[in-house]
Amino acid sequence: MRRFAGVLVAASIVLALLGAWELYAVLGPVDPLLLPAPHDVARSLWQDRVLLWENFTVTAGEVLLGILVAGAAGFACAIALHLSLALRRSVYPLLVASQTIPIPIVAALLVVWLGFDIAPKLVIIGLVSFFPIVVTTLDALARVDPELIKLLRTLDAPRLAVMRHVELPAALPGLFSGAKIGVTVAVIGAVFAEQAGSSSGLGHLVQQAIPQLLTARAYAAVLILSAFAIALFGLLTLAERMLVPWAHHPPR
Amino acid sequence: MDGVHVDGVERIFRGRSRRDDVVALRGMDLCAAPGEIVAVVGASGCGKSTLLELICGLQAPDAGSVSADPAVLLPQRDLLLPWASALDNAALALRVRGVPAARARDEARPWFERFGLAGFERARPAELSGGMRQRVAFVRTLLAGKPVLALDEPFAALDALTRQEMQGWLARALAEEPRTVVLVTHDVEEAVVLGDRVVVMSPRPGRAVAELDVALPRPRHRTDASVVALREQALQALGAPA
Repeated sequence: MRRFAGVLVAASIVLALLGAWELYAVLGPVDPLLLPAPHDVARSLWQDRVLLWENFTVTAGEVLLGILVAGAAGFACAIALHLSLALRRSVYPLLVASQTIPIPIVAALLVVWLGFDIAPKLVIIGLVSFFPIVVTTLDALARVDPELIKLLRTLDAPRLAVMRHVELPAALPGLFSGAKIGVTVAVIGAVFAEQAGSSSGLGHLVQQAIPQLLTARAYAAVLILSAFAIALFGLLTLAERMLVPWAHHPPR
Repeated sequence: MDGVHVDGVERIFRGRSRRDDVVALRGMDLCAAPGEIVAVVGASGCGKSTLLELICGLQAPDAGSVSADPAVLLPQRDLLLPWASALDNAALALRVRGVPAARARDEARPWFERFGLAGFERARPAELSGGMRQRVAFVRTLLAGKPVLALDEPFAALDALTRQEMQGWLARALAEEPRTVVLVTHDVEEAVVLGDRVVVMSPRPGRAVAELDVALPRPRHRTDASVVALREQALQALGAPA
């Protein structure tokens, strides 16, 4: 019942926003080439469905692979940082700094280095979604009860065994939290990466549609990207419930 | 086998300056013969937990000496792993030393039968009561296979009824599986019910100020006249109004 109420509230918010948008686009002072009305976007969604779908599969592939790369790299990096105070002191600030670099600047460089296929996209998606994964995983590792570590020492557990039996499982909820943040920025990263140099993908489509004044098509592409991010977020939430159920049922 | 010997131990936690130093223990003596249950009582913050960590080798004394058979810690909170079953939690003591999963479980299983946990092997810690969880934690402690158990207020987190029940349970478990035990508690009654000997510690800096022999037959009940009398003695030594 509660869930149903939630859906109802979300649906009414979306409807209200769409209604306001429609009214503003039709009656307001803004040129429809700048702001297409929702019904124009809907029409484009239908009319351009083949084009949108083809480009969506490209972007979706990039995002999925990119988030996997970011997940693996982020998890490994968090563990390395957790194990070494020296790394935490030296590398962590650099990681923070890496997040402040505007993507378009590196994107162009990466295209020069890595070409026009998927490699530079994976690097960019990895770069943007890797950071939240490192931060949340590292925090989860740091939250392991120090008393538990003491107990394990009296059980004569070697460092590796502590990692394997306690720290790795304890880090999983952090990995999921980070990945949930990561997927949303991964989608933005994919768009920037495609705009820096590619011949397909929704980001590429947006870049081509705007100068052709096909604004509705650009909005349709953005809508699909949002829906994709929501779907990925939902899938991750589901996987999290199945794989790390204890994170939702704290013992106390 | 020589049990536990703590001689004239001093332990200071260094602060930023001399004035911030905290002297947890000073001139602390304690010994436990093999198979003896020594209960240590004292007010909060008297260095009881520090004493146990010294015995377990988790800390080193700043002065004096600690010599003890290998000891394992049973902390106040059960600290079970929420993702693992009760059986796997107990078996953790073996797993971390590289015993394969199947063998570790096989070794842990009979202990579940013996300690009233049969049927709960597959339960997650969140599905168990506080008393049950502490039993699983105790089995984990025993499976470590060490001659000395360092119990740090093992029942402090339980409600009063469960605590009494668990005290009886622990007394029976230790009768079946004798170990050298150093039991730290702030519950004087618990000390008298469970201990062969009760050591009373002073407030910080902690040291032993009194020692009571509890030469009473088991099982003991908190309402036994002799238990009550000893409890009064211990409380007096603690400096509490009787």
